[in-house]
Amino acid sequence: MDFSLLRNIISRYCVGEENWVDSRTVYIGHKEPPPGAEAYIPQRYPDNRIVSSKYTFWNFIPKNLFEQFRRIANFYFLVIFLVQLIIDTPTSPVTSGLPLFFVITVTAIKQGYEDWLRHKADCSINECPVDVVQQGKVVRTQSHKLRVGDIVMVREDETFPCDLILLSSSRHDGTCYVTTTSLDGESSHKTYYAVPDTMAFRTEQETCYHLSLFDFCRPLGAENLLLRGATLKNTQRIYAVAVYTGMETKMALNYQSKSQKRSAVEKSMNAFLIVYLCILISKWSPDRDEPWYNHRTENERQRHVVIRAFTDFLAFMVLFNYIIPVSMYVTVEMQKFLGSYFITWDEEMFDEELGEGAQVNTSDLNEELGQVEYVFTDKTGTLTENNMEFIECCVDGNVYIPHAICNGQILSAASSIDMIDSSPGGYRRVSVFSMSKREKHSLDLFFRALCLCHTVQVKEEETVDGIKRGIHQGRPTSFYISSSPDEVALVEGMKSYFKKAGEFKLLHVLNFDSVRRRMSVIVKSSSGEYLLFCKGADSSIFPRVVSGKVEQVKARVEQNAVEGLRTLCVAYRRLSESEYEEACHHLTEAKLALQDREQRLAQAYDIIERDFVLLGATAVEDRLQEKAADTIESLHKAGMKVWVLTGDKMETAAATCYASKLFRRSTQILELTKKRTEEQSLHDVLFELNRTVLRQHCLDFGLIIDGATLSAVLKPNQEGAGHGNYREIFLEICRNCSAVLCCRMAPLQKAQIVKLIKASKEHPITLAIGDGANDVSMILEAHVGIGIMGKEGRQAARNSDYAIPKFKHLKKMLLVHGHYYYIRIAELVQYFFYKNVCFIFPQFLYQFFCGFSQQPLYDTAYLTLYNISFTSLPILLYSLVEQHVTVETLKREPSLYRDIAKNSLLRWPVFLYWTCLGVFDAVIFFFGAYFLFDNTTFTSNGQMFGNWTFGTLVFTVLVFTVTLKLALDTHHWTWINHFVIWGSLLFYVIFSLLWGGIIWPFLNYQRMYYVFMQMLSSGPAWLSIILLITVSLLPDVIKKVLCRAICPTATERAQVGLGTNSTVKLNL
Amino acid sequence: MMASSYNAKDEDGHITVSGPGGGTLRSKKPENTAFKQQRLPAWQPILTAGTVLPAFFIIGLIFIPIGIGLYVTSNNIKEFEIDYTGVDMSSPCFNCSQNFSWNSTRPCTCTIPFYLDQPYENNVFMYYGLSNFYQNHRRYVKSRDDSQLNGDLESLMKPSKECEPYAYHENKPIAPCGAIANSMFNGEPVSCCAHQTHSSFHLYLICLFTSLADTLELFYNDPNGTKIQIPMTATGIAWWTDKHVKFRNPTDNANLTAVFQGTTKPVNWRRPVYELDTDPQNNGFINEDFIVWMRTAALPTFRKLYRIIPKKNSMVPTLLRGNYTLEVVYNYPVRSFEGRKRMILSTISWMGGKNPFLGIAYITVGSVCFFLGVVLLIIHHKYGNRNNSADIAN
Repeated sequence: MDFSLLRNIISRYCVGEENWVDSRTVYIGHKEPPPGAEAYIPQRYPDNRIVSSKYTFWNFIPKNLFEQFRRIANFYFLVIFLVQLIIDTPTSPVTSGLPLFFVITVTAIKQGYEDWLRHKADCSINECPVDVVQQGKVVRTQSHKLRVGDIVMVREDETFPCDLILLSSSRHDGTCYVTTTSLDGESSHKTYYAVPDTMAFRTEQETCYHLSLFDFCRPLGAENLLLRGATLKNTQRIYAVAVYTGMETKMALNYQSKSQKRSAVEKSMNAFLIVYLCILISKWSPDRDEPWYNHRTENERQRHVVIRAFTDFLAFMVLFNYIIPVSMYVTVEMQKFLGSYFITWDEEMFDEELGEGAQVNTSDLNEELGQVEYVFTDKTGTLTENNMEFIECCVDGNVYIPHAICNGQILSAASSIDMIDSSPGGYRRVSVFSMSKREKHSLDLFFRALCLCHTVQVKEEETVDGIKRGIHQGRPTSFYISSSPDEVALVEGMKSYFKKAGEFKLLHVLNFDSVRRRMSVIVKSSSGEYLLFCKGADSSIFPRVVSGKVEQVKARVEQNAVEGLRTLCVAYRRLSESEYEEACHHLTEAKLALQDREQRLAQAYDIIERDFVLLGATAVEDRLQEKAADTIESLHKAGMKVWVLTGDKMETAAATCYASKLFRRSTQILELTKKRTEEQSLHDVLFELNRTVLRQHCLDFGLIIDGATLSAVLKPNQEGAGHGNYREIFLEICRNCSAVLCCRMAPLQKAQIVKLIKASKEHPITLAIGDGANDVSMILEAHVGIGIMGKEGRQAARNSDYAIPKFKHLKKMLLVHGHYYYIRIAELVQYFFYKNVCFIFPQFLYQFFCGFSQQPLYDTAYLTLYNISFTSLPILLYSLVEQHVTVETLKREPSLYRDIAKNSLLRWPVFLYWTCLGVFDAVIFFFGAYFLFDNTTFTSNGQMFGNWTFGTLVFTVLVFTVTLKLALDTHHWTWINHFVIWGSLLFYVIFSLLWGGIIWPFLNYQRMYYVFMQMLSSGPAWLSIILLITVSLLPDVIKKVLCRAICPTATERAQVGLGTNSTVKLNL
Repeated sequence: MMASSYNAKDEDGHITVSGPGGGTLRSKKPENTAFKQQRLPAWQPILTAGTVLPAFFIIGLIFIPIGIGLYVTSNNIKEFEIDYTGVDMSSPCFNCSQNFSWNSTRPCTCTIPFYLDQPYENNVFMYYGLSNFYQNHRRYVKSRDDSQLNGDLESLMKPSKECEPYAYHENKPIAPCGAIANSMFNGEPVSCCAHQTHSSFHLYLICLFTSLADTLELFYNDPNGTKIQIPMTATGIAWWTDKHVKFRNPTDNANLTAVFQGTTKPVNWRRPVYELDTDPQNNGFINEDFIVWMRTAALPTFRKLYRIIPKKNSMVPTLLRGNYTLEVVYNYPVRSFEGRKRMILSTISWMGGKNPFLGIAYITVGSVCFFLGVVLLIIHHKYGNRNNSADIAN
C-alpha cells in the first residue's frame, strides 16, 4: 500500500450544534490514492487563510453602502432623499441629504478603519510561521499556505494554526496537554490523545515515511482534535495533520454576528406619519389651486392627475418625514453606546481581587436592565464563592474533620493531617497510625480513592492566568488545576495526608458527565489488584451500592446537605481479572464505535459502574459570596422574582437559599419534587399547590422543584385532554411565588425554564446570571444575560451581554444603572417624539392656510438644523447624565425600582400624554402666532412682516419651549447641563443672527435676510414670544405639580425626602 | 463619534481576531473622576407646589399689568377699514369688478365715500389688504430669483428656473421674473399722461390704462364742499435692508432702460420695471411698492403697507374727522378666486397696529397663573402637610 488514508469522522461538540456532523476524507501528506482504488472525488478545501475582514479595497464603497442601507432607518431616509431629488418638493434635498450623508460617511470611515485593523490582524495571523513536514523534512512556511492534509509540527507554547488531528506526541503515552485560554478562557490543561495507529512515530522522517505503510480507517473523536487557537503545553512537540483549515476551523465558524433588534417606537411613529398624510391627502383636490396669479408650468399641467396626486403625496411625505428624524436614531444609538461607559467606569463594580470591572458586551440592552422582572441565577460560583474548602469526611460512619479547621485555623497546620473523629460519642483525636486496623484500612482506601479518582493536574508554576490555586506558605507550592473546584478542594484536603500515594497504574478513566453525575477510575495496584474507584453525587452512587455503612453515611450526607455543604460519595469495587477484561472490552468497543458512540459509552459505563462498596462521603463548603444575601433581598424589594437554578441537590441548595435570604423564615415552602410526585401523581400535586397558592394570597411563597419533575411538567401532556396543560398551572404557581429554587437541573433545562417564563403571557423581561459554561445556554436565552467572571472559565462572561466580577454588583447594575438607563431612554424617546410633534404639527396646521401647497413654515436651514444642532445636545446630555434620584437613594430604597416596572414610562398613556402635550404646544405656537400676525402690523414704523418672519417667530418659540421643557424635566443640573442647555439656546440666536445677517453667496435665495433681526426689533414679537413660551410650558408644570401633590409616586417622595436638605427653590 | 455609535451594533458579535497569545494585560481600574462615577456636583431642583407657587404669583403680577398696558395701547390706536371689492350690487365698484377683462384698455375707476368719526393723529399708514390670496402658496413663494433682484447681470438674462412659467416670454427673459412679480398689486403710475386732479395744491400724476395694479387715492371732503387730495409718501414703506441691500438694480447709475435691454416686462404688467417711478432712487428693482409686494405674506388674508400720510405738525391731526372719498383705479381682478380687496387706514404705536389679542392674551394668562397660584396654595396646604407627616411617619 502506498497511500495512507485517514478517514475521520469528527463530531463537533458545542452548545447548540449537536446535530452538526460532518465527515471528510483527508489524505495525510497529500498522498493521493491510485486511480481506481476507490471512487474518490478530490474535495476542495480552502487554504488556511483567515479572513475576518469584511471588505477589500475595491468593494468597500459598494458593499459598505449596501450594508448600511440594509438598515431600515437608513433606507427610509435614502428613499426620502431620492424623492426629494426626483420630484419638486417643498424642501431642498440638502435638508435630508446632509444628515444622511454625514451619518453614512462617518459610519463608513469608522467601519473602514476597523476593517483595516482587521486586515492587519489577519495578515499577521496568516503570515505567522508554521512548521510543516514535507518529504521527511521540517519546512518553515507561512500559516496561510497550510492545506488540509499537511502534517504540521507544533512546539511547546505554540498556538495551533488550524484544526488538527493529533498523530503523535513527544510524550510517550501519545498524549499532549493543551490550554484553550484564548478560546474559552479556561486555563486548565486538557489532555488530547494521538491516533493509536500513529502514536509511535517520533521523528518527522518516521512520521512521513512510515505513514505510507499504513492504510487505516478509524473513528476519531474530540479527544484527537486540536482546535485552532489553543496552545500546546507541557509537551515538547507534536505532529498533527491539518483537517480543517482557514474559515472552516471551529474558531472561524464561531465568528457569527448576532441579529439586531428594531425599536418598537419606530413602528408606532410610522403609524402617526400615515395618519398625518391621510388627513392631508383627503384635503387635496386636483384643480383648486391654480388662480390666475399662480400658474403651473406647462410640464406640470400636462401631467396626469394620478401622477400629480402621487407627487403631492410624496411631497407631503417629505414635508412631514421630519417627525421621524435621522437624528433620533443617531441619538438613541449614541446614548446607548456612550451610556454604557458608565457601567465600565463604575468604580464600585470593580473587583480588586480579579483586577477587573464590569464589562458591557452589548449596549442595546441598557434600558432592559431597568425592566427586569425575573432573575435566574446559578448557585455555584454565582451566589457562592465557588472557592471550595474541604470540611469533613465521613468514612464508615465516622466523621473526620481536618485538624486545622478544628482549631479554627486555615489549613496552616495541615502538614500533619490529624483527623478528628467527631462522630457521635464525643470528639476524639485520632492519629492515622493509632487506629484500628479495620478503620485504617477503610480510611486508607477512602483517601486513596479520593487521590486517584480525579482529573486534577499539578502545575508547578507560580501563576496561572488569573486563577490561583494552592496554598501559599511562602514557599513555592504546586497548584492544582481542574475544571471542577470540588476536586481541587478534595485533593488539597488530601494532599498532606499521603506523603506517598503508593504505586498505582491508572488503566481507565470513566469521565464525569452531568447525566451520570459521577466519575470512575480503574487502577491496578502494586499488588496486582484491579480496583474501580467511583466518586459522584449521592443520588447516583447510593442506588449502585451493595454494601458498606449506607445508613450512617446517608444520614451524614443529608445532614451536611442541610447545612449547605456540597457532598460527594465515594465507593469502590474490586475487580477480578476477568471482570477487568470484560470492562476493558466494553470500553474499547464503545470507544471504537462509529455510530452512537456517546450512547454506547454510557451503556458501557452503566455496566461497569455497579455493585459498589460504599466507602464514605466528603463535604466541601462553598461559602456564600460577599453581600449575596443583601443583594437578593434588594432584588426582592425591587419587585423582582428570583429563581435559583442549580445542579446541586435539593437540601444543599435550599440551605444556600436560606442563607442568602432567598427563602426567609416566614416563607412557606412548596415542594414539587420527585419525592412528592412518587407519592401522589404529578397532576394532584400541581393542583393542590395551585389551590394553596390561590387560597392564601398574602403569604410569601417559595417553590422548590427538581429537574425530574420539571421535565415531567414541561412534557406535552398526552394522557387525557381534560387535565389541561400542566405548563399553565405551573406558571400560575410560579407567578405567585416570590422565590423559586430549581435543583438538579441540567444546563439545557435552565434555558428551558427561562424560555418558559419568557414565553408566558405577560412576556416579562428575564435576566439570567451565571458564571460557568453550563449557564451559557440560559444566559443566551434570557433577555439580559449577565456573566460572572468566575473561576470556571470565561465562557459565561464571553457569551453574556454584561459581565460583572461578583454577584453583589448585580444590585448596582439593576437598581442604579438599570433604573437610570431606563428613565433616560424613556425620556429620550418621548422627548424626541414630543419635540418633533411640536416641530411638525405647526407645519401641518400651516397647510390649511397655504392652500395645501406643502409650503414649509420654516426656512430650510431651520428644518435641517432643528434636530441636528438646536435641540439635539440637551437631550443627549440629559440621556447620559440625568439622575432623578441620587445613587445613594436608589441603593437605599430598592422599592423605587417598582416605579418603573412593566415599562411604565413608555406605555400608551404616557405616550399619549406626551403627544397631547406636543400637539397642544404646537397649536399654541401656531395659533398664537396666527392671531398675533393676523391682519396687523408688528412694527412701530408700520412696515409688514412676511411668511418667513411668521415661521421664524414660531420656530423661535418652538426652540425655546422645547429646550425649557427639557430643563423642567431635568432633576440633575451639573455644570454641563447648564452649559449645554443655555449654550444651545444661545447657539440658536447666534446662528439666526448670522444666517440672516449677510447675503449668502452661492445661495439662490435670500429669504431669511434680516428676518430674524427685524423680528427682534419689534416689541410685540418679544412679548408674544415670552407669552407663548409661558403658555406652552404651563400645562406640563401644572401636571407635574398636581401629580406630585395629590398622588406622589415613591420616586417623587424619595426626591422630596432628599429635597428637604438641599432644595434650591426653582423660580420660573 | 456620532455615527460611530450609530452603527455600533453592526459590529457586535464580530469578534476581532487577535493574534496568538494576544492577551494584553492592562490596568482596568476605572478612573475615579466625578464625571465617570456620575458624582458631578449638581443642583437638584424639584417642581413642587411650594416651589412653583411664587413663580405663578410673580407671573400673574407681571403679566396682568403688561396685558392691561397692551390692551389700552391697542384701544387707543385708530383703525379704519373699507372693502372696495364690489361684490354687492350697491357697491360703487360693482361695475368695475363685473366688467373686468384682461385685454381691457379702458380703466375703471370708482369712488367710495366714507366717514372718519375721529381725527387721526401722527403719521397715518395706509394699507391695502387682500383676502383669499395665497401669497404663501409654495409654487408662488419660490417663484422669484433673488440674485436677479440683487442686480446680478447674469441672472437678469438667465432667470432661475424657479421662476417658471414666468421666466421667459417670447424668448426674452422676464425682469423681474416669477409669479410674485407678475401679480404685483400696486403700481406707482407715472409718465404717460398728466392728470390734473381737483386738488389745488398738489399736482398728482396718474397714468391710466397702464397697469394691472390698483391705484388708491384719498380725498378729504371739506365741509365747504371742496375735495382735497391727501398727500401721501411712497417711501419708507419697505424694510431698509431690503431696499438698500437685498434689492439692487443691475447698475447703480446708468440708464436703467439700457440695462434692461433684452429683457421683457412681466406678462401682466403694462409697463417695464424701469418705468415704475420717475425718481431713480425708487425705480427698477428698488421701487418700494415692488419690494413690499415681493415680501410674501404669511397668511391668505394679509395687508401690505401702501402709503404713509405724514403728519403736518403736532397741532393739527393728520386726518381730520369728516367725510373722505377713496378713489380707486380698479384694475386688479380678485373675483376669479373669490378674493376681497380692502383699504385700511391706521395709526401706529410702539407696539405696532391695533391688536387687542396680545393684550387680552397677557391678561388671561396672568389671571390664570394667579388663579392657579391660589389653587396651588390650597393644595400645598392640604396635601403638603399630609405628605410631610407621611414622610415623618416613614
